[in-house]
Amino acid sequence: MYEFNGIVIFFILGLLMPIGALIGAYILAPTKSSPQKYLTYECGLDTRGETWVQFKICYFLYALVFLVFDVETIFLYPWAVTFQQLGTFAFVEMFIFIAILIIGFVYAWKEGALEWF
Amino acid sequence: MGLEAISFLVLAIITLSSALALVLSRNIVHSALFLILSFVGVAGLYLLMQANFLAAVQILVYGGAIAIILVFGVMLTQREDMSSTNLFNKQKGLALLVASVLLMVISRVIWLTKWGSITTIKTTVHNIATVMLQQYVLPFEIVAILLLVAMIGAIVLAKKVEKAS
Repeated sequence: MYEFNGIVIFFILGLLMPIGALIGAYILAPTKSSPQKYLTYECGLDTRGETWVQFKICYFLYALVFLVFDVETIFLYPWAVTFQQLGTFAFVEMFIFIAILIIGFVYAWKEGALEWF
Repeated sequence: MGLEAISFLVLAIITLSSALALVLSRNIVHSALFLILSFVGVAGLYLLMQANFLAAVQILVYGGAIAIILVFGVMLTQREDMSSTNLFNKQKGLALLVASVLLMVISRVIWLTKWGSITTIKTTVHNIATVMLQQYVLPFEIVAILLLVAMIGAIVLAKKVEKAS
């Protein structure tokens, strides 16, 4: 447990920073309000229509590709930590691992899964 | 009360209250966000048990990828009113039945488990890396192929949907 004290300090600081920013804004900000201030901000333009709209399926493809590479990261993590002890063989192994996944990435690219429109 | 007990209590409260908020929330997007918080709480509990690799996996996969898939799933489906979209909010009787059966199963397992003190391993990551990259080389590479198949399959399916719509 005591090895993770750093994480606790990090967590507490991470919690205090936004709270501090909010309190600071609360104290310092002028309280004069106008209807324009309550409008939803969207790149400076007036918002139009409903907020909850159906999204295009192509965004979902990004999520799927992200998921696969996220799982790949899990396998990279122990390898990266013990990289120096494991030697060349593990390096080659990981290279093959990544190469196989890059085939999938190339396929996704070719199929236009990474195109917006 | 030691530091460990306090940490456990804080994490348990975060995990359980966010899980409860997930079930009780009327807006399904809020439910998804509470689910992420619950996942992160569980990751903290793993960390408390010295299982640092598992904690990293929990945050990366559950807190990151699964949560994103879930939020995307919500975003892709169209609804008129988002304020009361949590479907599971209305099926209290069924939920009670399923939850009590699950509780019974878990209680049985807890009852049968022999509780004892465990020897804490300093770092689990090194052991996992050694086993994964030296002992089970072939299964490790097969995992890559499995991921490849999953990715290609997902793209093929999603492309088919996109063409149909």
